Amino acid sequence: MHELSIVASVLEQLDEIKKQQPEGTRISKVGLRVGELAGVDVDCLRFGFECSVKETPWEHLLLEIEQVPRRQRCPGCNAEFQAENWATACPKCGEAATITIAGEELQIAFVEVDE
Amino acid sequence: MSQIVVEKKVLNENQKLAAELRERFRQHKILVVNIISSPGSGKTTLLERTLERMDKTKRVALLTGDLQTENDAKRLAKWGFPAKQIITGGTCHLDAKMIDKHLADWKLEDLDILIIENVGNLVCPTSYDLGEHHKIVILSVTEGEDKPLKYPSIFVKSDLMILSKVDLLPYLNFDAELAKQNARTVHPGIEIIETSNKGDGLEQWMAWLEAKLAAVKAGDAVSA
Repeated sequence: MHELSIVASVLEQLDEIKKQQPEGTRISKVGLRVGELAGVDVDCLRFGFECSVKETPWEHLLLEIEQVPRRQRCPGCNAEFQAENWATACPKCGEAATITIAGEELQIAFVEVDE
Repeated sequence: MSQIVVEKKVLNENQKLAAELRERFRQHKILVVNIISSPGSGKTTLLERTLERMDKTKRVALLTGDLQTENDAKRLAKWGFPAKQIITGGTCHLDAKMIDKHLADWKLEDLDILIIENVGNLVCPTSYDLGEHHKIVILSVTEGEDKPLKYPSIFVKSDLMILSKVDLLPYLNFDAELAKQNARTVHPGIEIIETSNKGDGLEQWMAWLEAKLAAVKAGDAVSA
């Protein structure tokens, strides 16, 4: 539902990145990283992106999305594991209170430019 | 063609402003909570019961977000604490800019607690840091026990879950133990308080607020 606002924030930042590049540089692709816990629906994000770039200078821009699963670290035995089906207890030692180390990302990872 | 590594948060602007707000709250030792739930699960009602019980010497202020109407601010103003409505005009969440703008004519040095009632929505408010110390999620017993599994992000990010409307449990097939277990599945450390409009759990909730305020005043609060 707020995916349109997210797209707007991405495009604002791309405007800034473009200004820092040499004159005439064209940003052809943007890579986003979206964690499982980011509260963002990737299909809505794609749809919001298409609607937002249509008939604008960003119309040619390609979107790549990397989805990041939730990963946990156990403070007891230091095991790192992917939390599938929300099972966050440590599979090695059974510790219940493990720490989220990945899956909350909502980032612009990279842009591709044509020189 | 070449690739430029960016590695920046998409909501960078919001994040920066939220960090500024957090610093201002820290300087003035104000406890800030951000209350999030689906529409109709009892955010405003909980706040009414809270203000009713609040020690009148406590300097509490409220910001309440809705798409339209001033109704909630009017409901909350009755208890004599300053309450301001944030009308988002369609936006489904509050962001740090809205908080900053609506705080402008309040003096932060005159406040102990700022309660932010977010727009009724379990998804979008999750992504926007408002500089708060604690996110609080409300789940009412007229919803599904599996809500923490369906909307895990907000349950992961909240320090406290309020299970509201528990006075209705005798009339429903809602399994409160299962709901709590589901919340603890996605967030093992989450605190849970069961409340109702009739008064259940409210003492415990007021004590929770009191303890968090004491931590902020002592300067040892861990911010979200």
